[in-house]
Amino acid sequence: MIVEVKNIAKTYDNGVEALRDVNLSFPKGQLSTLLGPSGCGKTTLLKIIAGLIPRNGGEVLVNGKPVDGPGPERAFVFQDFALLPWADVLRNVAFGLELRGVERKQREETARRYIAEVGLKGFEHRTPAQLSGGMRQRVGLARALTVNADIILMDEPFSSVDEQTRRKFQEDLLDLLRHHQKTVIFVTHSIEEAAYLSDQIALLSPRPGTVSRIVRPDVDRKKAPDEIRRDRGYLDTVDEIWGMLRQYV
Amino acid sequence: MKSDFGQRGWQLASFVFFFALWELAGRWPVSPAFPPFSQTAVGLWEMILDGTLGKAYLITAQPLLLGVALCAVAGIAFGIGMGLSRAIEWLSLPVFIILQAAPMAAIIPLLTYMYGIGLTSKVLAVIMLAAPVIVMNSYKGIRNTPPSLLQMCRSFQGTRVQEVLKVVLPHAAALIFTGLRLGLAMGFIGIVIAELLITPTGIGDLISYHSSVADYPKMFATIASIVAVAAISLHLLQRLERRLFP
Repeated sequence: MIVEVKNIAKTYDNGVEALRDVNLSFPKGQLSTLLGPSGCGKTTLLKIIAGLIPRNGGEVLVNGKPVDGPGPERAFVFQDFALLPWADVLRNVAFGLELRGVERKQREETARRYIAEVGLKGFEHRTPAQLSGGMRQRVGLARALTVNADIILMDEPFSSVDEQTRRKFQEDLLDLLRHHQKTVIFVTHSIEEAAYLSDQIALLSPRPGTVSRIVRPDVDRKKAPDEIRRDRGYLDTVDEIWGMLRQYV
Repeated sequence: MKSDFGQRGWQLASFVFFFALWELAGRWPVSPAFPPFSQTAVGLWEMILDGTLGKAYLITAQPLLLGVALCAVAGIAFGIGMGLSRAIEWLSLPVFIILQAAPMAAIIPLLTYMYGIGLTSKVLAVIMLAAPVIVMNSYKGIRNTPPSLLQMCRSFQGTRVQEVLKVVLPHAAALIFTGLRLGLAMGFIGIVIAELLITPTGIGDLISYHSSVADYPKMFATIASIVAVAAISLHLLQRLERRLFP
């Protein structure tokens, strides 16, 4: 268990109770998804794990140690990409290292390697405005990989990426994360996306958000992407989750 | 390129049309105090040749540039301070909102009572008009930093100083520059009001002198020249702005 959350509670300043008594563990080297209807607090929970927003109760443990605030072992991928519009791809990808004070030549060398890994070789000197939504999120992913964190936290990373690009991106993401053996916590509201990507799916019920079920999709990951989408286990998982979520819709 | 030429052509045509209308109205005549365009142009040419216009602009430029420069340094610094610190914001935001809404022409004569009729009053008149927009733009530029960029910086363990230097200030730069341009525009208004209301010097002197001796072509030429100088300098700043912050 690399990340654990215990009895997490969060009430916003306006009195809305976002999370109540959330207990979850995220196994090392696996991709876990937080899935639920909008307003169930899944992004809030992810940002609490990231240390970006304060919690009202409970604790977050990383490698058994309680954490408050962001740390170098966790990197965040933002829903709206959060790229610096005035900086080119190279500087954006290297930005995490720049903040850590890594010298320019060294950080750009590392950044170039990850830019190539996410398939953006040749785009180093474009600015975010010159890229499509899918490419921008690849920049966001490369930035998170560059700082060499063991844990990648992704907040609906594909929600503003068009459908065709998303499929290709999902496949690339699976390859990359398995290759680097990252522990991933992934927020989505797409059942298909969750079933396709995840080793473990935590279903959250809304208002206040609590964990209602944990599903471990029985999908053979060694299969090719197209085969997975026709796999019995994958299709059953999608049906099972829909059966549980429809009561909240 | 072709549409570019078309746009230029239409702009030129609009000027020609405006000057032709002016010429017609002046010859009609609308009023004996309203000279046609041709006489105004001659008056302008004479004032350029004998150096009166140049001398007047040298005088007018002093309080204008001094005032805008002071606003640029202190106003931007203050606006950034307001954007970064809640305490400074609460303390001073109401002052600038009131200053922005206040009719300045009514306040400027007060400066004469307090600071006399010298350069100080005129610089202060420019500052009173230019400062609010420069301060408010700097403040808004800082405050409008997208929250996700701030969270991004924190998620990679950026310090507060790094956050300000690498995210907040670069993001605010475009709005701060816009504030400077608008501040200069307000400065032009301020200096003309000051030179007409406090003591006639520079451009204000040329306007009131030619008006008092009924040399209307030269009076109109002076007014047209300050309009042109303001329009051209603001246009150039806007082009620089587009190049710096695409």
